[in-house]
Formats: sequence, C-alpha cells, structure tokens
Amino acid sequence: MLDAVRCIVGRDLLLALRRRTDIATALLFFVVVASLFPLGIGAEPNLLRAIAPGVIWVAALLSTMLSLARLFAADHADGTLEQLVLGAAPLGVVVAAKTLAHWLLSGLPLVLIAPVIALQYDLPQPLYGVLALSLLLGTPVLSMIGAIGAALTLGIRGGGVLLALLVLPLYVPVLIMGAGSVEMAAAGLDPGGQLLILGALLVFSAAFAPWAIAAALRISLE
Amino acid sequence: MLEAKELECERGGRSLFSSLSFTLIGGEALRVAGANGRGKTSLLRILCGLLPPSQGEVLWKGTPIRALKEDFSRELVYLGHAPAVKDDLTAAENLAIACRLAGNPQPDDAVAEALAQLGLAGVNQQVRKMSQGQRRRAALARLALSASVPLWLLDEPFSALDTGGVDTLRDLIFKHLERGGAVAFTTHQDPGMGAAKVVDLDA
Repeated sequence: MLDAVRCIVGRDLLLALRRRTDIATALLFFVVVASLFPLGIGAEPNLLRAIAPGVIWVAALLSTMLSLARLFAADHADGTLEQLVLGAAPLGVVVAAKTLAHWLLSGLPLVLIAPVIALQYDLPQPLYGVLALSLLLGTPVLSMIGAIGAALTLGIRGGGVLLALLVLPLYVPVLIMGAGSVEMAAAGLDPGGQLLILGALLVFSAAFAPWAIAAALRISLE
Repeated sequence: MLEAKELECERGGRSLFSSLSFTLIGGEALRVAGANGRGKTSLLRILCGLLPPSQGEVLWKGTPIRALKEDFSRELVYLGHAPAVKDDLTAAENLAIACRLAGNPQPDDAVAEALAQLGLAGVNQQVRKMSQGQRRRAALARLALSASVPLWLLDEPFSALDTGGVDTLRDLIFKHLERGGAVAFTTHQDPGMGAAKVVDLDA
C-alpha cells in the first residue's frame, strides 16, 4: 500500500518535471495576482500591511483552483485513471497519494514563496513565520477539498467554472482562519487559536476527504 | 472463475442489453461481438467492476466482485479503449509504473524484455513521439508481464495493430489460455482466432 503511494507520488512528480510549465503557471499566477493589489491600491504602507494577509490568502486560493482542473482530468483523458482505480491499492489510498502530489506541486511552493510576497506588502518580519505556518496547515486542506470538486466535475463540459463555484465557497473557513491568524499576530495577539482550528481542519479533511474523493471519482467514471 | 448473472446495462435511459448470463472458466476465451454502440465496452467495464450493472451481478470464484473490490482488481488486467500510457513518459517508465500499481512490480530487465517482445526494443523516447500503433504495443506489453494474473479483459486489443502486432498479441493470448488463464475481449472484426465462447450483443 505504501509502495502504491510512493509510486503515484513519484509518477506525478516525474510528470510535473517533464511538464514544468504547468507548475510554473500556477505559481506565477499567485505572484502576479498578489502583486496587482499594491499597483491598484497605491503604495500606502499601512493599508498594504492591513490587506496583506487577506490578499495573499485569496491569491493562494485562486492559484490552487487553477491547478485543480488538471488533478484528474489528464489521467482521465488518457485512460490511466481507470488503471489507477483498478490498481492493487484501495482507491482511497490512491486518491490520497494523488492529492499529496498535488499539494507538493501547488501548495508547498506557495508556502515557500509567500514570504517574498509579504515583503512586497511591508509585512513585519515576525509575521512571516505565522503566514508560512498558516499556509502550511491550510493549503493541504485546499488541495483535499478541491480534489473532491475535481473528482465530481470530471468529464463535465465547462467543468472548470463549475469546479470554482463548487469549491470556492467551501474554502471560506480556511480563508477566514488562515488570514485571521496573520491578522491576530499583526495585532500583537496570539494566533494559536486560528492555527489550531486550521490544524483541526487539516486532520479532519485528511481523515475524510480521501473517501469522499474516491466515492466522487467512482461516480464520475461510471 | 468469472460468472455473469442476468446482467443488464442501461446507458442514458436506453437498455443496451439485458438478461445476459455466461460463465468463463480458466483456459477459455470469450469474444464479445456486436456493432458499434451495442455495449461491448460497457460489458467489459461491468466485468472489471468500473461500471455497476443496472441489474444482475458479476461473481469471481463465487463471490460478488462488489464485495471483493481490490482483491478482484489484483486478479485482472483490464486494457481499455484508451492505451492508458502517459505521453510524457517513455514506454518503459509507463510499463514499470503500470505493473507496480497493479501490485505486480517488475525488474527493469523484465520490462525491457516485454517491450522487446512487442517490437519496441530500444525505443527510448517519450510516448508522445510514438505512432498510434506503437502506443497500442506499449500498452499491450503489460500482457507479456501479466502471466500470473488469471483474468485478462481486453477492449478492442487488435485495433491499430499491424499484422505482426496482431500475431504477437494472438500468441500472448494463446499462451495465457494454455496456462489456464481466462481472456475476454471485444472486437468487431474477426481476429482470426477461435474463441470458445462468443457473446453476441447484436443477437
């Protein structure tokens, strides 16, 4: 079972390596969206500092959305998804591995690049840690919730827009807690509460999302 | 080994076939015949468990496949309409990964040998640069490594193959039958091989 996880994650990373532009686009999208706000709003440092957590989190949400459509669609198109479903490992494990690979390719880079964006917003340095930590806890949840939507909208015409409508409202709790934790820290308060809730969301979705994704995938493949 | 009981398949509100029953035992080949749109692919997908039948059930060694899930998956190779190879990987990478996921990991030299058997020796390029027929061969190479898997379900395995490819595939199937394996395949042209059983969906 562990070998199947290793195999799928390795496969998806190798595929991403052969097609680097796909990963780069989502990441670049994140950077561009987050950079547009200072240009549009003006360089008032206090205002920028105030909106930074929210903007960075919304940009992360949108960037995750962008990469979700590919999560199962490519495998569905060439028939490898059926082979994954018919594999030796339970489908829940297979989709968990696919989601993990998705997070490694789209969530983790956001965590790493967020401090650079924060610099643009003149966010005080002690907050970088909180921002990165909140993204580290939150982006896997985004990947998992998104994977449920991606599995449900698989093979539907115009599925991309439907996916956004389906998934973005479900991202709201993560957004509130994620941006909230950085705002709390900025106000000099303890962000522990929000971070713990993010952690709880992560544990909860890690426990239940794989089975939901598997069920959705079975329906889509019929 | 494999038993289909009173299968019925409905797609888009239209019944494709109903009360379809047959058994397939080791050493037997089953040919699913029928015109386009008669449900050949649907039947094969029902047999491998990808598609639940609207009525009836499929039994593997007496147990419904719904209850067996991946225990049944491990006992079968399903090669669908799409070749199920990734464009960005080489044929060898594709084959090694497919076998590993099927719970049947193979050493590199066995993979190379299987590809050579399908006439893809030394073809070390990404699948995107291959022709349709070569892709099909890359997918079929899995059969050369699946001797230990009792049930083969092949959807249009002969399509896009040249005569040499057809001969190789027929040879693989015959050897599997001799070993006591079971093979079910769909085709709309006569592949020039006798099958012990024919399910004709036109009838």
